Amino acid sequence: MLTKRIIACLDMDGGRVVKGVRFKNLRDAGDPAECATAHARNGADEIVLLDITATSGNRRTMLHAVRSTAHSLFVPFTVGGGIRQLDDAAAVFDAGADKIAINSAAVHDPKLISKIAGRFGSQAVVAAIDAKRANGSFEVFVAGGRVPTGRDAIQWAREAAACGAGEILLTSMDRDGTQCGFDCELVRAVAEAISIPVIASGGAGSARDFIDVFRDGRADAALAASIFHFGIENIAQLKRELHDASIPVRWPC
Amino acid sequence: MIAIVDYGAGNLNSVKKAFDYLGSEVVVTGQPELVAAADKIVLPGVGHFSSLRTLNSTGLRQPLLQSASAGKPFLGICLGMQWLFEGSEECTEIAGAEIFPGKCRQFPSSVKSPHVGWNSLEIQEGSLLLRGVAQDSFVYYTHSFHAPMVSAMTGASEYGLRFAGAVEQDNIFGVQFHPEKSGDVGLSILKNFCEV
Repeated sequence: MLTKRIIACLDMDGGRVVKGVRFKNLRDAGDPAECATAHARNGADEIVLLDITATSGNRRTMLHAVRSTAHSLFVPFTVGGGIRQLDDAAAVFDAGADKIAINSAAVHDPKLISKIAGRFGSQAVVAAIDAKRANGSFEVFVAGGRVPTGRDAIQWAREAAACGAGEILLTSMDRDGTQCGFDCELVRAVAEAISIPVIASGGAGSARDFIDVFRDGRADAALAASIFHFGIENIAQLKRELHDASIPVRWPC
Repeated sequence: MIAIVDYGAGNLNSVKKAFDYLGSEVVVTGQPELVAAADKIVLPGVGHFSSLRTLNSTGLRQPLLQSASAGKPFLGICLGMQWLFEGSEECTEIAGAEIFPGKCRQFPSSVKSPHVGWNSLEIQEGSLLLRGVAQDSFVYYTHSFHAPMVSAMTGASEYGLRFAGAVEQDNIFGVQFHPEKSGDVGLSILKNFCEV
């Protein structure tokens, strides 16, 4: 039986893992390679590394971190942040990523999704969408949540899937870092609108939140960062609880 | 020496990295003569079945077929396993190796496609490749087309229907999942291949 995935996310700034609240107030949470290996050993089904302050200036730092993180990691590894063109994606794959996540650049140029998928396959392209509630709908934001686009998140998810994205990584900006639960309404709306897997992100605080987003939100995978880094929720323990609640998970692994 | 066949389809780093980790001597190559000279062959692959067209245009198809029929251990991963069959509905003009009968087909519309994630593998007894792997172990898949269940099937998974997750016949092995991304379970499968 296909299991629901638990994904550990490492937000990286200047080569270090950091965590903020609602995209702000960053705190240090360790070395990316060490964090990734520890999470994988603990039962994480995938690792996502996001360079949240990506600029061309720190691309080297990022590629170095990707290489060292990929070195001894044998679960799927996604990298995002600062990927603006096909060559950027190629460099990140070359450094050891299995998938790349693109956000702002894809909103500006949806063909970038097709280009990367055409060369590396759809399974290697994750369209990351940062969405925020606005007047009864969900608006897409870019540039690390700093710039509103006026676009509807559900529409954009449909278009990204049609362009060849293999998965959607959907972050609720309202819930990010708050630990008060995933936005199940947002996740469900997107999951029902498209036929590719949806990874729910933003708001994980307890095992109950994961159960809710898999049942009510119809998510295929759920991603969390802060609760894993700071030991609030242990992945192995979380998986036991999901297993006990009859959510199919890779456990024991 | 194990040759990991590079025919320009996607990213072979993770496959190489896994064999490096196991201490095997591997070379990533697209040269037909190096493939022909290798002791063992790994044919990886992700993405669209049409990318296998390159095997024909680069002269790799013949050494691959000859190595397979000469008894050289041969492991097809994902698209590389699908190539061992007659072909795929994904791209009907490309012929597979026809070592196993039948064509690869799309998943039924009742399930999301692609099939992405960790699924359990029902293992048949007697497989060399899956030796020591626990029944219903989880392995990582990412694909939209699946191979048919054949008599050489050694592992099956379920997603909308039952399909071949692993096949094995003499020196020919195929896995639809990604052992290089399937944690310790996957590494033990690659180790088995190294020891065949």
